[in-house]
Amino acid sequence: MIYGFLAQLVQMTLILVLSPLLTGLVRKVKARLQRRRGPSVLQPYRDLRRLLGKEAVIADNASWLFRVAPYFVFAATWVAAALVPTFAANLMFSWSGDLIAITALLGSARFAMALAGMDIGTSFGGIGSSREMMIASLAEPAMLMIVFTVALIAGSTQLSTIAETMLNGHVGLRVSLALALIALIIVAMAENGRVPVDNPATHLELTMVHEAMVLEYSGRHLAMIELAAALKLTLYIAMIACVFAPLGMASGPGEIGADAIGAMAWLGKMAAGGVLLGVAETSVAKMRVFRVPNFLGAALMLGLLGVLLLFVSRGM
Amino acid sequence: MTEVVSIVPALFVLALAGVLTARLPAGRVLIYGGSLVLCAGLLLAGFDALTSPVQHLRLPLGLPWIGTNLRLDALSGFFLIILGLGGGGASLFALGYGRHEHHPERVLPFFPAFLAAMAIVLVADDAFTFLFGWELMSLTSWALVMAHHGEAGNARAGFVYLIMATFSGLALLLAFGMLAGPLGGYAFDSMRAAHPGMGTAAVILVVALIGAGSKAGLVPLHVWLPLAHPAAPSHVSALMSGVMTKIAVYGFIRIVFDLLGPNQWWAGTVVLALGGITAVLGVLHALMERDIKRLLAYSTVENIGIVFIGLGLALAFRATGFQAGAALALTAALFHALNHTVFKSLLFFGAGAVLNATGARDMETMGGLIHRMPRTSFAFLAGCVAIAGLPPLNGFASEWLTLQAILVHPEMSEWGLKLMIPVDGAALALAAALAAACFVRAFGIVFLGRPRSEAAAQARETDSWSATAMLGFAALCLLAGIFPGVAIDAIAPVARGLTGARMPEQLTDAWMTIAPVAASRSSYNGLLVFGFVTASILLTVAVVHRLSRGVRRGPAWDCGFPDPTTASQYSGASFAQPLRRVFATVVFQAGETVTMPPPGDNRPASIVRRIRDPIWDTLYLPLGRGVGWVADRANKMQFLTIRRYLGFVFGALVVLLMALTIWQ
Repeated sequence: MIYGFLAQLVQMTLILVLSPLLTGLVRKVKARLQRRRGPSVLQPYRDLRRLLGKEAVIADNASWLFRVAPYFVFAATWVAAALVPTFAANLMFSWSGDLIAITALLGSARFAMALAGMDIGTSFGGIGSSREMMIASLAEPAMLMIVFTVALIAGSTQLSTIAETMLNGHVGLRVSLALALIALIIVAMAENGRVPVDNPATHLELTMVHEAMVLEYSGRHLAMIELAAALKLTLYIAMIACVFAPLGMASGPGEIGADAIGAMAWLGKMAAGGVLLGVAETSVAKMRVFRVPNFLGAALMLGLLGVLLLFVSRGM
Repeated sequence: MTEVVSIVPALFVLALAGVLTARLPAGRVLIYGGSLVLCAGLLLAGFDALTSPVQHLRLPLGLPWIGTNLRLDALSGFFLIILGLGGGGASLFALGYGRHEHHPERVLPFFPAFLAAMAIVLVADDAFTFLFGWELMSLTSWALVMAHHGEAGNARAGFVYLIMATFSGLALLLAFGMLAGPLGGYAFDSMRAAHPGMGTAAVILVVALIGAGSKAGLVPLHVWLPLAHPAAPSHVSALMSGVMTKIAVYGFIRIVFDLLGPNQWWAGTVVLALGGITAVLGVLHALMERDIKRLLAYSTVENIGIVFIGLGLALAFRATGFQAGAALALTAALFHALNHTVFKSLLFFGAGAVLNATGARDMETMGGLIHRMPRTSFAFLAGCVAIAGLPPLNGFASEWLTLQAILVHPEMSEWGLKLMIPVDGAALALAAALAAACFVRAFGIVFLGRPRSEAAAQARETDSWSATAMLGFAALCLLAGIFPGVAIDAIAPVARGLTGARMPEQLTDAWMTIAPVAASRSSYNGLLVFGFVTASILLTVAVVHRLSRGVRRGPAWDCGFPDPTTASQYSGASFAQPLRRVFATVVFQAGETVTMPPPGDNRPASIVRRIRDPIWDTLYLPLGRGVGWVADRANKMQFLTIRRYLGFVFGALVVLLMALTIWQ
């Protein structure tokens, strides 16, 4: 009981503390691939500390929603991230939300962020919110289709149960799963505003999605948003790892040895995910905004195809 | 039962009182206060009926050889709760809102009568009483739609509504006629006992779908909703969108699930297909809309689609003998119907408050109302989050249940269902995501940003009655979202009555987690999610505020080039532009024409948006033209001699006799 509670607490802290490191790692990899030295992997922590120490300047006509939104976005993302199994399945509160709830919690966070973008009444905020919702309107259904595929194979929408099913190795190689993996990678790229969809490194000109939406934020509010973005990236990589590569994850009753192995395996998977993301981002070019719907539409169709295949192949 | 039987006449008395006292200031308080109390009575009667056995009552009214048969079972009870809740909320809101009504005599008499008519539909146990209530409901609501008949477009709205209501009544009349069979058993009990053949049952299903669907707003019969719902005063709009569409859903459930008996699996496919199309098309329309009340009416169409997806799944599972799945799907549909009543009423109240404050329904003239109307904006925000299906509010709980129902049983043998269920899953997911975009737009344009007109800049907060109604419903959104188990367990008797099974009991779990099938399969705990998010926010705020240095106000940054004119903000049309480009170019054949004069030319540049409603253009316009053409031809028959008329009568007689001979 107490161990279970501690394990849950460790999970929440681990994912929060390590997420800036992952962002730093991705930036470092990208810098090295571009033959730059790049900042240290610890730079995101320094940025956060500096932002937290600064005074927050907000516009004269900002409402309460503008000030509450960063905290809500952060909290919702954090709770969603804490529901994804990292080093062990079946944590104490893992049943309080399934994969659909995790998707929807991220949806709540996006809802708040998009509203905050419109609060000041500048054109940059509006364009960011509008495009964010356009991308979400395709990415979210695609995500749900992926959830359907995985849930139909595992017979459950609970991430813990899914991870255990995948661990048992009775699943084998399936076409639907492959389709779901491709779709999930596309969705993850879009949801995190990574390169082919959006560029997290610049503010203006080409991108104008996520960074335009948070243009008016500064100080501690911006720190919360940056941290939430890092958490979201960690969440997606952890989710891909949990569903498609659960190797090493502890699944039985809480036990320190198994959990430690799980934690090491998880760290390894996250590092691999970060490096892969950096390589992928360096090797493709950013798309025009109106090419993005085609890109995401492909994910939606792949997901739907996976689900249809599963429905059709059952009961025959 | 006795409560309902005494409340309905009391509502009619209140309607009479409305005629007499409409001009007095006390009239408003009397009518709406009385409606509020009587709706509370309906609510209690509904709760009572959920748990108590079926009650019958026969009154010596109506047709002499049938009488008026009334029946109160769990299904009627559940919808009485919806009626009591929605009607009570609308009455409370109207206690304050009705003060701004210029012609109270056009609203006050019809409001209680409308409520009474809906109550009659819910407790009717024979076709005559049902149709009497149904038509009375149409007529009273039509009168309320026409309350502001002087405003542009309202007369047309009333006309279209009247046609669609007549059509719906006609379809239901046919359905009941076929259910009653050649012996004319118009009591529901004899309809339940009779089992029509497969062909007849199919026709009854389609006719019931048309009759109830056109009242509920199923595509392609939804065209009157965005016209009529906004035309009525806002508390009546709330009642029409929030409650009357649910009465239509009740009519469908009563006829198809109860009276018709067991169904074929393809019935589920038809309902699923219509539900999926309705959900997606409704929300796409809502996204393109700039009139706030029309936007809400289109969003009602979307939610009715979601309810019908649940009903279609229940029909499919029931036909394939999977009772537990049918119970899950039906519970999801009913729960979503209840939730929609709460948040759609709330949103229409909010739209009414905004309409009063700014005098406009066009979103492009609003903005910045969050500063001027803090209570309204807070409640409206809760409604937006709930209707977008986001946790921890109630819309998510019921959409989550519907998604679980889609996933619960992939092992079907029927190909129609194998293909239709996953496609509907995608449609539901798409509709939910688009609804989020739609309500970010609605809230963002109306309440956030800078005011786009002088009226919006001078807006005043609404009165306390209205605010109480809105905040109360916002609280209900939260409560139903974090304690969904209570609602699911309350619906259990309804599901048991119609599908023969029920969902597992939810409230036995110590943490109030809901698990539709088993906890290892899927579970969601709204309370814990809400608790975690709240705790994380409080913790973060406590830590961050200790570390950092406070907040300073300054002019907006806007990348160093702030524009003082409010016209430079994103408008509703510009917010929807990317979505219009992605979705509406196909569905609505949307397009833009930009006219840019060459340099040196002083004419202003312009952008013209075109959008076509495919259903109106391909179905209703040709239909209207066809009716006009036939009417023109028939018009000639008005000016014939008596000899020719007699000839017509003779000819008709011969044709009928010949038909009879061939028949036998």
